[in-house]
Amino acid sequence: MPPTSSIVLSAKALERTVSRMADEIIEQNDGAEGLILVGIQRRGVQIAARIAAVIKAREDVTVPLGALDITLYRDDLQTVGPRPVVGRTNLPCDLEGQRVVIVDDVLFTGRTIRAALDELADFGRPSRVGLAVLIDRGGRELPIQPGVVGKHVEVPAGGRVDVFITELDGRDEVVLNVTEHA
Amino acid sequence: MTPTTSSVLGKDLLGLEHLSAEQINVILDTAGPLKEISERAIKKVPTLRGATVVNLFFEASTRTRISFEFAEKRMSADTVNVAASGSSISKGETLVDTARNLEAMRIDMVVIRHHASGAAKFLAERIESNVINAGDGTHEHPTQGLLDLLTLRDKLGDLRGKRICICGDVLHSRVARSNIWGLTKLGAEVAVCGPRSLLPNAIGEMGVQVFDRIEQAIEWADALNVLRLQLERMQAGYIPSLREYNRVFGVTRERLERAPRDILILHPGPMNRGVEIDSDVADGPHSVILDQVTNGVAVRMAVLYLLAGNKPTLATAARGDA
Repeated sequence: MPPTSSIVLSAKALERTVSRMADEIIEQNDGAEGLILVGIQRRGVQIAARIAAVIKAREDVTVPLGALDITLYRDDLQTVGPRPVVGRTNLPCDLEGQRVVIVDDVLFTGRTIRAALDELADFGRPSRVGLAVLIDRGGRELPIQPGVVGKHVEVPAGGRVDVFITELDGRDEVVLNVTEHA
Repeated sequence: MTPTTSSVLGKDLLGLEHLSAEQINVILDTAGPLKEISERAIKKVPTLRGATVVNLFFEASTRTRISFEFAEKRMSADTVNVAASGSSISKGETLVDTARNLEAMRIDMVVIRHHASGAAKFLAERIESNVINAGDGTHEHPTQGLLDLLTLRDKLGDLRGKRICICGDVLHSRVARSNIWGLTKLGAEVAVCGPRSLLPNAIGEMGVQVFDRIEQAIEWADALNVLRLQLERMQAGYIPSLREYNRVFGVTRERLERAPRDILILHPGPMNRGVEIDSDVADGPHSVILDQVTNGVAVRMAVLYLLAGNKPTLATAARGDA
């Protein structure tokens, strides 16, 4: 069978999804005071910035934004071959006692989030850490559960979800690619 | 879809001569974000947890050894320092025997400083551990070259067409050699300036200009990398006196004031204040000497990260003819 490609979220749908995610974050945290959004490099950072813009419009609160690069905390660095590119980690303020929401584009095995939790712990002790993801594609290998999900996607074996963000990719879109059939 | 570095380093870092511009840029691009780790309250990432690094120093070193040790510890490696004095090396054990004994204790990486040119390569071909050259004779000191490149790149941007002059005892300097290789690969224009007795005869073949007067170098350059004048050079008759050297080649404030553009001053340390560099230059606005020290830790963290786990069978093959 030939490879197939289908659109999971169009640009318009992505915008609606992000704004609903922002509403859910506000609701779950009873407002936006004391919140910090931390995006995971890359794409998580841009999605976090969009959520922050929606929160600003709704609540008139400027939520501090951080960026986390989890490369140095990965659990698969023992494998031989080219090293993953190290990106920048930049947290806006002390996390001690704050409510942190980690933002990522796709949640799959949960290993990235495990690494992110370890890295955050090196910066202080937030009072609470939440997780908001644009796409939850299932397939967890660790007991990690998001509090806010933009969209659940069933991905068949050999499938992949690609998130495109205008700031990095020139367009907004989420695509499901299936290259081989089980 | 994790992006990976465009180029791999291989098992060892022996010098900059045999690296491509792309490989050098991968190291510098990796070092950039690693600087942030040293600013954290908890200055440590778990990347090299469980890896053992031996710092094997056959020659005195303070700055380089401490810098490597900070880099190793901030990447969570376990470190052991072996100095030549007070070890079995002073009882006549050969370099290879020392290293093989260490390997038998299951180490992963060796950082070596040795007075003989080529010692790091000799070792790298005979052991399976990754080898990082921390200075071998008058050959190369690649991590010093890399930290100089990172400092220059941070301040000047793209180094293509930038003019860098290396001043002083180029003849005996592994720092100069690593700088010349690295800078020319990244497209900078390189010159040297110093007494003819302290410049290699074939310096022109490395593709560099020669200035006989420091004033010419200052007029030409975007940055000066001022080398340490080793005091034993005077006893060996390479220069008439330290005072004479300072009068002709010393980088002084009066001379820098005549520079036609902003000029950066680098020095690999330790400095002889009042000989190759005056105090008000070393501590003045042109100096990026302490940036170099900060960047040194980041560059060494990057090299450790990029080499770790690279264990091609090459070393095993070379073992037979050891």
